[in-house]
Amino acid sequence: MDGKSTIGEAVPVTSKSFGAVPRTGNVLLVDGIHDVGGMQGFGAVAHSPTEPAFHHRWEAVARALLTVVAGAVGASGGEFRHSIERMEPGHYLTSSYYEHWLTGAATLAVEHGLVTGAELEARAGGRFPLSGPVLAPPVFDAGPDVGRPRFSAGERVRVREWHPPGHTRCPRYVRGKIGVVVRVDGMYSVPDVEAHGSARRYEPTYSVRFDAADLWRDGQWGVAVHVDLWDSYLERP
Amino acid sequence: MSDKGHHLAPVSPVEQRVAALEALLTERGLVPEGFIEDVTRRYESEIGPMNGAKVVARAWVDPGYKERLLADGTAAIAEFGFGGPEGDHMVVVENTAAVHNVIVCTLCSCYPWPVLGLPPAWYKDPPYRARMVREPRVLLAEMGCPLPDEIEIRVWDSSAEVRYLVLPQRPPGSAGMTEAELAGLVTRDSMIGVARL
Repeated sequence: MDGKSTIGEAVPVTSKSFGAVPRTGNVLLVDGIHDVGGMQGFGAVAHSPTEPAFHHRWEAVARALLTVVAGAVGASGGEFRHSIERMEPGHYLTSSYYEHWLTGAATLAVEHGLVTGAELEARAGGRFPLSGPVLAPPVFDAGPDVGRPRFSAGERVRVREWHPPGHTRCPRYVRGKIGVVVRVDGMYSVPDVEAHGSARRYEPTYSVRFDAADLWRDGQWGVAVHVDLWDSYLERP
Repeated sequence: MSDKGHHLAPVSPVEQRVAALEALLTERGLVPEGFIEDVTRRYESEIGPMNGAKVVARAWVDPGYKERLLADGTAAIAEFGFGGPEGDHMVVVENTAAVHNVIVCTLCSCYPWPVLGLPPAWYKDPPYRARMVREPRVLLAEMGCPLPDEIEIRVWDSSAEVRYLVLPQRPPGSAGMTEAELAGLVTRDSMIGVARL
């Protein structure tokens, strides 16, 4: 409820303030490549039973730099996540998690005027791919908070069927589907709002249970998939 | 974002790109001294699955603690001093003989850092995120955790602010073990839900 970002730990405080610069571009990115739930064709999971926290030092640096940039520009968790979701799909799928963080950090740093793309490329000695532009308009009026839950545990709900051009935490694979609320959680800042400006709206979130056989129409048995969804993602069936 | 004429230039190696951003931000006075080292040290030595293992072992030996853990995960985990980013709103889901739980984040890589540390690479990569919500029984078997059809699978997609921890079943043959010994049996994978003990 405090509106703080979920980016990470101990965001360094800076007194400087950086305004966003106009974003330009013509890349069409709707329903971002990050929304992979249920996509087929990825193959086996490269499982390993244990792993170091960081495989290379640059990964730890990239992680810290995202925290630095987010702190300097005051990015919310939603704006941070969206900076990665806007990556060019081919780049997203062929780069590692911490390259995503680097690309998000560099994109936010350029968009907020901390550095320029030309400076980054000159220092890096080559191309420095950044994420595509924000396609959704800025949110100035967040609308009223949803003060109390509209749904209660045990109630059937349908997920709205819509495809917003900006950030959302409503996975594509449950849109239009009917599930049952199993848990009502607290009030949280709506990511779709906080990613696109300084306005905030708070709503309850719910854990909604879906029968996997309903999601995928494949007859699988005894599998429930639970998805945590904000109030405005849901409607009465 | 690159200027015209740069499109054919090769992409700089990722290490060089990280170094470039680090240098520019440092020159602008935005990177506090020692910050990168502090962050690195914290995730390399202070948090990790050994924290979650202590929580699980306590729940196995102390029914009152287990009740508190399942009722309010955040508060019960905080009894150990564990909490913070990605652990502010914890829900603990219990495996039984009839139910198996498993956690995933299809949209990014949400994971309960204070109790499990940073997520492994495979948890963050598309194959796991794509398949665990679509064919969990098949994927679990592939990952070395075959489950009979009678066991219900509950997948938890961490798509909002709650982070999940799986409470595995206490393994057979562990009857006279101390809490500390029990913690040594608890694996990261059993708390994600891609293994049973």
